[in-house]
Amino acid sequence: MATILLFAPLAGALIAGFGWRLIGEAAAQYVSTGLLFLSAVLAWILFLGLEPGTQHIALFRWVESGTLSVDWGIRMDRLTAIMLIVVTTVSALVHLYSIGYMADDPEWKPGESYKPRFFAYLSFFTFAMLMLVTSDNLLQLFFGWEGVGVASYLLIGFYYRKPSANAAAIKAFVVNRVGDFGFALGIFALYWLTDSIVLDDVFAAAPALADQNLAFLWRDWNAANLVGVLLFIGAMGKSAQFFLHTWLPDAMEGPTPVSALIHAATMVTAGVFLVVRMSPLYEYAPAATDMIVVTGAVTAFFAATVGLVQNDIKRVIAYSTCSQLGYMFAAAGVGVYSVAMFHLLTHAFFKALLFLCAGAVIHAMHHEQDMRRYGGLRHKIPQTFWLMVIGTLAITGVGIPGTQIGFAGFLSKDAIIESTWGAGTSVAEFAFWLLVIAAAFTSFYSWRLIFMTFFGQPRDSHAHEHAHEAPLVMRVPLYALALGAVVSGMLWYGSFFGKHEQVNEFFAIPAHEETAAGAATAEGSGGAAGAGHGAVPAGGSHMTAAPGVAPEGAIFMLRGGEVMDRAHHAPKWVKFAPFLAMLGGLALAWLFYIRNTALPQRLAATFRPLYLFLLNKWYFDELYDALFVKNAFRLGRLFWKGGDERLIDGTINGVAMGLVPRMTRFARAVQTGYVFTYALAMVVGIVVLLTWMAISGGAE
Amino acid sequence: MEQTMTSDIPTGLAILAPEITLAVYAMAALIFAVYTGKDRLSGALTWLTALVMAAIALWIGMRAPAAREAFNGAFIDDGFSRFARITILLAVAAVLLTGKDYLDRGRLARFEYPIIAALAAVGMMMMVSAGDLMALYMGLELQSLALYVLAAMNRDNVKSTEAGLKYFVLGALSSGLLLYGASLAYGFAGSTRFDVLITTLSDGRVPIGLLFGLVFILVGLAFKVSAVPFHMWTPDVYEGAPTPVTALFATAPKMAAMALMARVLHDAFGLAVGDWSQILVLLSVLSMLLGAIAAIGQTNIKRLMAYSSISHMGFALMGLAAGGSFGVQAMLIYMVIYVMMNVGTFAFILSMKRDGRPLADIAALNLYSLHAPGKALAMLILLFSLAGIPPLLGFFGKFYVLKAAVDAGLVWLAGVGMIASVIGAFYYLRIVYYMYFGEEGEAIDTSMPPVQWLFLMATAAVMLLGVVNLLGLEPLAEAAAAALVR
Repeated sequence: MATILLFAPLAGALIAGFGWRLIGEAAAQYVSTGLLFLSAVLAWILFLGLEPGTQHIALFRWVESGTLSVDWGIRMDRLTAIMLIVVTTVSALVHLYSIGYMADDPEWKPGESYKPRFFAYLSFFTFAMLMLVTSDNLLQLFFGWEGVGVASYLLIGFYYRKPSANAAAIKAFVVNRVGDFGFALGIFALYWLTDSIVLDDVFAAAPALADQNLAFLWRDWNAANLVGVLLFIGAMGKSAQFFLHTWLPDAMEGPTPVSALIHAATMVTAGVFLVVRMSPLYEYAPAATDMIVVTGAVTAFFAATVGLVQNDIKRVIAYSTCSQLGYMFAAAGVGVYSVAMFHLLTHAFFKALLFLCAGAVIHAMHHEQDMRRYGGLRHKIPQTFWLMVIGTLAITGVGIPGTQIGFAGFLSKDAIIESTWGAGTSVAEFAFWLLVIAAAFTSFYSWRLIFMTFFGQPRDSHAHEHAHEAPLVMRVPLYALALGAVVSGMLWYGSFFGKHEQVNEFFAIPAHEETAAGAATAEGSGGAAGAGHGAVPAGGSHMTAAPGVAPEGAIFMLRGGEVMDRAHHAPKWVKFAPFLAMLGGLALAWLFYIRNTALPQRLAATFRPLYLFLLNKWYFDELYDALFVKNAFRLGRLFWKGGDERLIDGTINGVAMGLVPRMTRFARAVQTGYVFTYALAMVVGIVVLLTWMAISGGAE
Repeated sequence: MEQTMTSDIPTGLAILAPEITLAVYAMAALIFAVYTGKDRLSGALTWLTALVMAAIALWIGMRAPAAREAFNGAFIDDGFSRFARITILLAVAAVLLTGKDYLDRGRLARFEYPIIAALAAVGMMMMVSAGDLMALYMGLELQSLALYVLAAMNRDNVKSTEAGLKYFVLGALSSGLLLYGASLAYGFAGSTRFDVLITTLSDGRVPIGLLFGLVFILVGLAFKVSAVPFHMWTPDVYEGAPTPVTALFATAPKMAAMALMARVLHDAFGLAVGDWSQILVLLSVLSMLLGAIAAIGQTNIKRLMAYSSISHMGFALMGLAAGGSFGVQAMLIYMVIYVMMNVGTFAFILSMKRDGRPLADIAALNLYSLHAPGKALAMLILLFSLAGIPPLLGFFGKFYVLKAAVDAGLVWLAGVGMIASVIGAFYYLRIVYYMYFGEEGEAIDTSMPPVQWLFLMATAAVMLLGVVNLLGLEPLAEAAAAALVR
């Protein structure tokens, strides 16, 4: 079943990509979409009927070289199952949506065939993503990692006639290369240290790595920390975290369904998945996890601030994605991997919903993406309006504080914020405050989007008049996602962030770990368990994984249980903080964009430097352009003009067209035909040889 | 390998039996033809001579493998000499047969031609078997005198007589130099025998006088293999001499001179490798580069082949310069392949004619492939092989000498060789270009006598099929080289 699930998208990609001339464009779309729905159904069956424990399904031997032995296999556990439902569900819905969205794309001339290519790319992406999440070793994971990168590149540059789309595609690819370099180094380091890249072997060796040092660059590093940081650099690239985030907003050049699938719900969360998957390693790498917490929190804050002032509807959501990914990393960093996965799951639903709604708005407004030209659309496209409001309620975290009733984001995001508080370290406290502020910003820009788009007066009357509701084929996926955005939080709260028994059962974590953690907390000696990563906590020697044996369970939470407990028993103000932040953001948005619409401009004029700073995304693009891009161009030009054209071509052309003919002429001129010339040449030859021999020879 | 010393005359004569047989045959045929049909017999004599030489080659090949010396070590019959002699005899026989038609058409069919060629072959056989400076000189002069006569064979043609004269004058100069070198060597060593010469070096130091003797001897031999800067006679003589004679010059004597050089250097000066290797490296570099560069300017295919052979000699010298058994082996493989390629190429050149008159202009080959696709293809294979393009046999020849050079630590020399072969590829490919993509010009006769056709096709096939195991050439050359370098 898992095999069919995995390879159905590949079959879809091949059929749509290579077979569409035989079966026709429409059939290609329906076949790939149908196969994706098949995958999605199988994924849900697997998820709901998942047996406890980790299953390893080897498909075939892939690489056998020296001590490196890698299978092409499936690692089926709770983590994989969660990713499977996220990926296949969103992908299937996006496929369906695309049938409507891509029907008449103005980017293409009539009669041009682009739809089968689009669906082939989408299906290929899904296949690569499934390879990534089901991998049982780091090589296959890397294969999927690069596969989704390629698909992302192809889809961002799908409108290949637009220079901006090509530039964005290249940017995404190049920035990801930086991250992938770190990721690859991390894999190399693991192979160097543990002589294996099979996940279980690596996990088993993780405690030992914490006591090892590895020389890298100019000094020795703690092996576990170094590997953790290197892998996290890969995750930063893929998940658009601070410093490597610049490609994500530009990636919005791709068609909107692509943004929903790849750059919101699935691919960008691969970094989070990687960190969670490697949790047995990260639990022994305290410095690396601290770096993750800080990076995640800073990204969440930074992206939210930039999102405040953007005017392109897709860019607002893109920065929002960036920000939400920061939340997930913060949760993973403090050791509550289950909560990171929780937010990943709920975020996939509401963010895909928001993107697809934005797509419906764009579709209605004839591919206009500037929110300043929207306005008053709620009467024109009421269904889209209400769906988007649901998405906004979910992302901003609306719910009843103190209970477990609310939209998806309310439960997962608040769980993250409480967890950072519960971690108790100074780094986590810093993250806690940043995340609360970011929650306020999130609320502000999300409601700003709603207000600017759907309320007020129409600012582009022509487009407004022709606005129309999306076709049914596009609305069905929206309803499905809206359902997820409403209930997914309440449904799985217990499993991800509930009582220990629930969480452990869900992730198939052996019970004794939980009791030890619980006992440690009860005894009030939580500090030892929480702070001493890898140290044996008091009274719980059986709790840490025995050296040489991979820990059981889909995720490994050495500190997580205790952090979760403290989060659950957090003071009331902590639990209310995100909700209050959300209300503040909402009130401000209402004030700015409903009550007094002149206020934002006045404010922008008053704080113009700050406004420009935010509008220009903290000048990251300009900085990178000056630092890296310009210099890379300069270097490339040097090699191209100087090295290639002048040195290599110049030498070869000079020799072939200048020097050799000249020497040929000389050789002909010397060949006079007179015997005395020839005799002279011989005599000269003898003299030279004799002189040479007299000087150099015979001395030995 | 056991070496039996003997000064006893009957045994010596027995060892020399093949050479004596050929010489006696040549003289008998000369006297017989003078008193009977004279030039009318030339056709029959050509065939007979070729057959006799092939038979002697077979005979030499069948003889006992043990190395023997005759006449106090003046004549050495070992594996190396046998390998070279068989190659020489077969090459001369092949060239005689392919040239017959050309001579008939040009009214040049003298009955002396095959006989003088046979005498030249005797000289060459002497050369490669020489174990003494005197025997060396004797063989060399016998060969040279025969070739001087052949170069000037077309007496009524100004270019042919000029070629003969130039060759004679410069050849005399080189002979003088060689003799001078031999006398210097004798003066320092007190003997002309190679095995005595080498003992004078055994204390590790080479006296400067002996070194000069070595240089002069090498210069004399370099003239024979037309290594730069002692090559200048080559283009003029190749162009002026009748084409069959040119074909002869380009094949057997080169093999003989190269083998002789290996013989002298290893048998007589084998302990001064460091010294003569430097000279050979210089000659090799100059030959490869000049041969490749100067050939670009040529429009006459015979002059072009002259420069081509200069360049090829540079490559063969590279193998020799590498020193050691593998170097000699590489040189032998290279030379055998070179001889085969030249036999085939000259078979084609001999057939180039318009209205029955011979032709040597490259441009005459314009669009030859349209008129005679099979022959054009065979020629293309031979030219690619000459240029050293894999997987043809010519590539393997170059590969062996380059490997020998690299193994000997002469990486830069191998690098120069590769550059030279790239430059050299230009003019071979230009002929191919004319044959396949040229402009329509005056038509060239495409008829070809069966013997020439046979040699052209056979050599082209060998170039192709040789990729399989080099047709067993490698172990033979290895054994020959092992016999020389002990």
